[in-house]
Parts: sequence; structure tokens; C-alpha cells
Amino acid sequence: MKILVAIKRVVDHNVRIRVRPDGTGVETQGVRMSMNPFCKHAVEAAVQLGDAGHADEIVVVSVGPKAANDVILTALAMGAHRGILVETDAELETLAVAKLLAKIVAEENPDIVLLGKQAVDDDSNHVGQMLAALTGRPQATFASEIKVVGQGLEVTREIDTGRETIAIPLPAIVTADLRLNTPRNAALPMVMKARSKPLAVRPAAEFSVDLAPRLQVEKISPPAERVAGKTVGSVSDLAAFIAGEVSQMEAL
Amino acid sequence: MSVLLVADHDLGQLSPATARIVHAAAQLGPIDLLVIGENGDKIAEQAAKLAGVHKVLLAQELSFTDSDLALLETLAQRYQYVIQSAGSVGRDRIPALAARLDLMPVTDVIEILGPNRFVRPIYAGNALQTITDPQAKHILTIRASAFPAAKSDNTAPIETLGDTTASVARLIATHRTEGDTPDLATAQIVVGGGIALGSAENFQLVEKLAKKLGAAIGATRAAVDAGYAPNDWQVGQTGKIIAPDLYIAIGISGALQHLAGIQGAKRIVAINNDPEAPLVKLADAALIGDLFEIVPQLIDELDKAGVSR
Ligand SMILES: Cc1cc2nc3c(=O)[nH]c(=O)nc-3n(C[C@H](O)[C@H](O)[C@H](O)COP(=O)(O)OP(=O)(O)OC[C@H]3O[C@@H](n4cnc5c(N)ncnc54)[C@H](O)[C@@H]3O)c2cc1C
Ligand SMILES: Nc1ncnc2c1ncn2[C@@H]1O[C@H](COP(=O)(O)O)[C@@H](O)[C@H]1O
Repeated sequence: MKILVAIKRVVDHNVRIRVRPDGTGVETQGVRMSMNPFCKHAVEAAVQLGDAGHADEIVVVSVGPKAANDVILTALAMGAHRGILVETDAELETLAVAKLLAKIVAEENPDIVLLGKQAVDDDSNHVGQMLAALTGRPQATFASEIKVVGQGLEVTREIDTGRETIAIPLPAIVTADLRLNTPRNAALPMVMKARSKPLAVRPAAEFSVDLAPRLQVEKISPPAERVAGKTVGSVSDLAAFIAGEVSQMEAL
Repeated sequence: MSVLLVADHDLGQLSPATARIVHAAAQLGPIDLLVIGENGDKIAEQAAKLAGVHKVLLAQELSFTDSDLALLETLAQRYQYVIQSAGSVGRDRIPALAARLDLMPVTDVIEILGPNRFVRPIYAGNALQTITDPQAKHILTIRASAFPAAKSDNTAPIETLGDTTASVARLIATHRTEGDTPDLATAQIVVGGGIALGSAENFQLVEKLAKKLGAAIGATRAAVDAGYAPNDWQVGQTGKIIAPDLYIAIGISGALQHLAGIQGAKRIVAINNDPEAPLVKLADAALIGDLFEIVPQLIDELDKAGVSR
């Protein structure tokens, strides 16, 4: 089987971001960037399926600027075989990303496409579902377990009421949740080896997809500040605070 | 302007989130509320009571992503808006529907500024995007936690829809979290526990306090990963978004991914032995100390004060 994994380079999830005072966006200059955490789980899942003998080729693809090469290298060091950078400096909407990925799916024809469930910059949680819709493949989102069974997959999904396991036929699209696995840290020899693995750079314009944004972002603003915290001195004070809040609720 | 709104339901009951989405969407136009589900009659009856609902559409079928999408794609032609809550079903279906219609969705809406102007959080709620959607149709998910509930004083007609599409997917098993605690996304009080609880057994301390207050139970990712709490209790960027009147956080540091889920809380109480914990820094009332001493005493004090719900 062939597995395609889509990965995004985002502001590192430990960075506390700063909104630009002029409302034009979030400051990304000089900020640490890394692979979106959910994408790491997707890459790890692909490598584990490979280790279990279910995949003979793992291809990773990222849509983004030249610098996104570094997250592709990370994925290659984790065990993927080949990388594709769909290069663009534009900030694309999720629909445009999904359309570009659909072109890659048409070229590569993978049996499984793995994505993260959400990118922690825009927090969209769109692209996997959109890709499934555009390619007509079944989707299993928010996966916490993936099993290859016969000609299909059994995927356990994290949902609002707990978990559910569904069976879907291949080829299919799966998006990874955080409890799917523990992503490995690539050992140094793997990092060195990654540099010699094939990495194709292809301009986004090559795919003749309309990349123009559909939505207009008027402004980006910071959320309302909470007032600074107060401490109470004893359990009775705390109980009195809670009792006060509760009685106000009942008065409503 | 007409709205097709997809209802959320569970175990034959309309989910409390739906009343809130109806309230939010009512300002956009008359609502046709779609219930997809086997034996959905009772759900449809509950849906018909919500103020703002023009009519209820009932599709009696097992709900799966692909079959729901086929239905929604057909129905969508007649509406200016297709909307669902930003729960796990809406998150699964709505972006796929948008792509089929070649539209860009606006998801996790927390404020409706006008017929096509919306606010949504990005970067775990550390920034807010104000968006104008100039497309002919608007495909939205809305966060239930950001809106009050519609009243239940309506008697909208119920229309049953005809044949539906079969799914390629098959449900193999459901693993539900048993219990009768209130729905997290719409609860008035939430008691949350972190990794500091140390074991599933100790986590019952959180559950005990929650029970006393008639509260829903939340947990951090760390507590869920450690197996102290089920995954559907997780609150935060990857879990549920809550907006209770009161959130009581026990042994929770307040990582930004956790804070992403509690920004809508009116009052926050923190119990933590670290005065520097981020959650302590923004709590309306924080008590510094060992949770294993404080929580049992707190339950006693609340008993003495006659607080129970
Ligand atoms: C992509 C991504 C998404 C994530 N999504 C989420 C999410 O949705 N929700 C979420 O919660 N997390 C999420 N996380 C994880 C998050 O970053 C934190 O790791 C997690 O919230 C920490 O949980 P905690 O507060 O229980 O643990 P800790 O950060 O370890 O905090 C424990 C706290 O307990 C206190 N404590 C210890 N012992 C005691 C005691 N005896 N009495 C009183 N206090 C005590 C400590 O002082 C500390 O403040 C995500 C992470 C990533 C990378
Ligand atoms: N620019 C991108 N390049 C490659 N994959 C992406 C890109 N954007 C999103 N994805 C994939 O889609 C998932 C969900 O992203 P999103 O819908 O933006 O929240 C991510 O975890 C990635 O797997």
C-alpha cells in the first residue's frame, strides 16, 4: 500500500502568539515554527503502518513557503520515504489547500491519506473532510486508533459522546487525533539520512487551481483580557465564594 | 434568507446545544431544523418546540458522514445558510459539505455581526478573526457555548423526508462514557481536574464535588491521556469548549491549549499548590494548597452552608 501524509508548518504550539497592534494578523516574524502537532501523529501513524507491513511507500506533502522544507525533512527523518513541497508564499484558505492536495492524490493515487485533524494556527479542522469530499473517498476523522482489516480500515474516532469504531473501505482519508500514538523523535542518523531522500519542489501555480481567497478577513484582534487573579485565604472563604456564585445562579 | 440547521442529538434526545444554535441562527432567517436519525420522531417533536423554528425536517436514517452529505447537498440548494453546531458531528460534516458545494465554510463562529459577518477564534483563542463572507451561500458551524438557548414555546410542523442514501461506512462499536452528568458544552457549572489528581480513583474527588454542585465534569488532556478521565471530558483546543457561569479547576496548570476551552467561563476558581500557575493568575478566586486537603474540606463546608443543586 501507499500512504500519503499531508503536513503543515505552523507557529510552534508552545509559542504564546502576539496579535499585531494594527489588526493585520498574528506576528510570525522571528517566531519558532514547527510541524503541526496533529500532523506529527499522522506521520507516526503512517510509519507504524509501514513497520507493520501495511505500507511500502510513505509520501509526505506540504503546501507552503520554501521554509516548509524543514517539516518535510522532519517527516522524512521519522521514516517517510519521499517528500513533495507545493510551494507558495500566499496564505491559502483551507479549500484551496484541499484542492491542491486533491491534485496530488490524483497523481499519486495513495490507498490511505493521513492528515492531522486540525492545524493549530487557524484551528480550522477542515482540510481532511474537504479532501474526502473532493476526491469522493470515505473519511474517518479524529482517529485514535487505525487498524487495517481485510480490504479496509477500522478506525476508532474520538467524538462528543466518547468513542466509536467504524469500518470504511479503501482508498480512504483519515485525520489524526492526539491519542492516536506518541510521535517519535528521529535519531541523528535518520536526520542525516533524510537529506538524501527525494524531495520534489513544485510551484502551486503548476496545478491550475484557483487559489484566490473566498473570504475577506477584516481584522485580527486580541481576545478580551481577563482581570488579574485574586487569591482567597482559606477553604471557608473559597466555600463562601462558591456559595455566593451558586445562589446568584439560582436567582436567575 | 432561509436557514437549514442540522440538529444534534444523542440517545433519542435533542442535544441542549441545538437550542443555542437555533437562538444564534434565528437572527439570520427562518429556520428549517433537520433531524437525521433512526427513530427520530421524539427528537423531531422536541425540535418543533424551539422558538425560531419554521419547520422540522425529519430524515429517518442511520446517520453517517457520506449519507448525511448526500442529503445535505440536495437540501442545500434551497437555502442561503447551512449550519450545525461545532460539535464532533458538525465538524465532521460541514467542511465536507462546503467543499462539495465549492464554498469556503466559516466554522466555530462565536459572534454573528450581520448576515455575512462573523467572528471566529484562531490560535487556540489567542486571536479573533472578523470575517466577511461574500459567497452566495454561507456554510457555518457555530459554538453552542457562545450563545444562550432559544425558548421552547413553539409548535412548528414536522415534515418527513423520503428515501435516503446508503453509506459505505459501517458502525462496529460505540464506547460511551456512562453516567448522567450534565452536558459539558452547555453546563452552568463545570468542575475540572488535572493530572495532579494522580489516579482514576482520586479523580472521583472531582466527580464528588461536581455531583454536589450539579456540575458537568471536565479534564485536561494530561488527565485523559493518563487514563484518569474519559476522552469526552477533555476541555480545550482539542476537546470541548465550555462557557459555564462557574468553572472550578482542580490541579490544573492552565496551559494555553486548556485555556482555549474555558475563555467563555464567567467566573473561574482555581485550587493549585503553585501560586505561579497560569490558571491561578487569572482565577477570580484561587486557593493555594494541596488539593487532597482542600477538596474534601470544601465539600464539607459546602454541605454545612447547605449548598447543593
Ligand atoms: C496540540 C495540542 C493540543 C492540546 N489540547 C489540549 C486540550 O484540548 N486540553 C488540555 O487540557 N490540554 C491540551 N493540551 C495539553 C496541554 O498543553 C497541557 O499539557 C495540559 O493541559 C496540562 O494538563 P494539567 O494541567 O493537568 O497538567 P500540568 O500542566 O502538569 O499541571 C498540573 C498542575 O497541578 C498542580 N498540582 C500538582 N500537585 C498538586 C496538588 N497536590 N494540589 C494542588 N495542585 C497540584 C501543579 O502545580 C500544576 O499547576 C494540548 C497540547 C497540544 C500540544
Ligand atoms: N498547507 C498545508 N499543507 C499540507 N497539509 C495541510 C496544510 N494545511 C492543512 N493541512 C492538513 O490538514 C490538516 C487540518 O488542517 P486545517 O483544516 O487547516 O485545520 C492538517 O493537520 C494537515 O494535515
